[in-house]
Amino acid sequence: MNDATQDFVFIALQTNDDTRSIIEAIANDNPNAQINRYPAMVKIDAPGRLVVRRSSVEELIGRAFDLRELHVNLISLSGNIDESDDEFVLHWNKN
Amino acid sequence: MQVDIKTTSVTQLRNTFSHVARRLGSDKAASRYQEATFDLQSTANFHYRPLWQPELALYDIRRTQIEMKDWYAFRDPRQYYYGSYTMARARQQEVVEKNIEFVEKRGLLRDLSEMQRSALIFALVPLRHVEWGANLNNCYITAYGYGTAITQATMFHAMDRLGLAQYLSRIGLQLDGNRGDSLAKGHVLWLEHAAWQDLRRLVERLMVTKDWFELFVAQNLVLDGLLHPLIFQHHERRVSAEHGPALSLLTEFMTNWFNESARWVDATIKTAAAESPANEALLCGWIVDYRKAANEALAPYASAAFGHDADTALAQIDAAFETRVAKLGLEPADEAV
Repeated sequence: MNDATQDFVFIALQTNDDTRSIIEAIANDNPNAQINRYPAMVKIDAPGRLVVRRSSVEELIGRAFDLRELHVNLISLSGNIDESDDEFVLHWNKN
Repeated sequence: MQVDIKTTSVTQLRNTFSHVARRLGSDKAASRYQEATFDLQSTANFHYRPLWQPELALYDIRRTQIEMKDWYAFRDPRQYYYGSYTMARARQQEVVEKNIEFVEKRGLLRDLSEMQRSALIFALVPLRHVEWGANLNNCYITAYGYGTAITQATMFHAMDRLGLAQYLSRIGLQLDGNRGDSLAKGHVLWLEHAAWQDLRRLVERLMVTKDWFELFVAQNLVLDGLLHPLIFQHHERRVSAEHGPALSLLTEFMTNWFNESARWVDATIKTAAAESPANEALLCGWIVDYRKAANEALAPYASAAFGHDADTALAQIDAAFETRVAKLGLEPADEAV
């Protein structure tokens, strides 16, 4: 794996009504993220770091959201995961 | 032979309905809530005037003094449409049923002393008539209100109130061992006991309030905003301090429901007030009137249920209500006292 690909983290979600707001929240919180729409899948690439914020998703869906609900529609992801109640962060550990 | 597997992707031409796209500003994917809300109510081509009110159309914005440029500004922060509403309530109902079963199996309320049981019947069971009144009032708002954004939410709210009335009846049945005398007794208390008459008068006054937005303020903001905290927070805390948390298991839904609905009620009032100073003045006037009326109506009930602590309890809920109204950007508080 070369440096260029290593710099990117991604998260891929199924395309459905549940993920639409999650994707919108990710797009708002990560201005550098690139959103690629495929048939039945949305893959979001971001350089270095990507964050899913509970508060941003909650604002869009109008109810309490548990970040673990993400996994129901998760296809794949890359990066080291740092998960708390408020944020789900993908990033690469750099030494 | 070599087989190449290729994916073909079909992109849809339009992401949502045109009327929704016009509201969103562009044709982007809309949420179910938006698609199930925006511009659903008919606005034109009414062939006949209603016989019972020929001066107005079937759906008419003139049934309230509140004026809005866009009646679909009343977004529900909970984003309830039929699907999400029924699923949310079904989940909550499962919890309530489990709690009722728990209390039933152990006879937690049935085994209280005669005196304690009749105190609980006095404080809670007649309340089911108040909730039924709230159901009727929200049905009225749904029938005469304007725009799906608010009328669908008030219809859900009406159903919620019927549910609350039923849960209160279930508490009564827990107290009388499923015989049903507590309900009959509650009915008599509601019709005859002095402590309930002022509240009954207020509920009946709301039933004949013509302006549907005034009714929304009076019922959903003011009366509920004072009555629910008094009973399901203050009274419940008192009861569980004396007899343990059996009752709290049965009123947990009411407490959660109140906090959830308050978000929607607050958002609705805030939207109407932000529209124009004229709306704000109307809202402030109604809040002052009904806050006074509700506080007076609750006083005899509170002194019967709380004894010496009645004034403290009433003062606390009124102060909490004042803070809530101030947060909405309305300032009717000073004139009220």
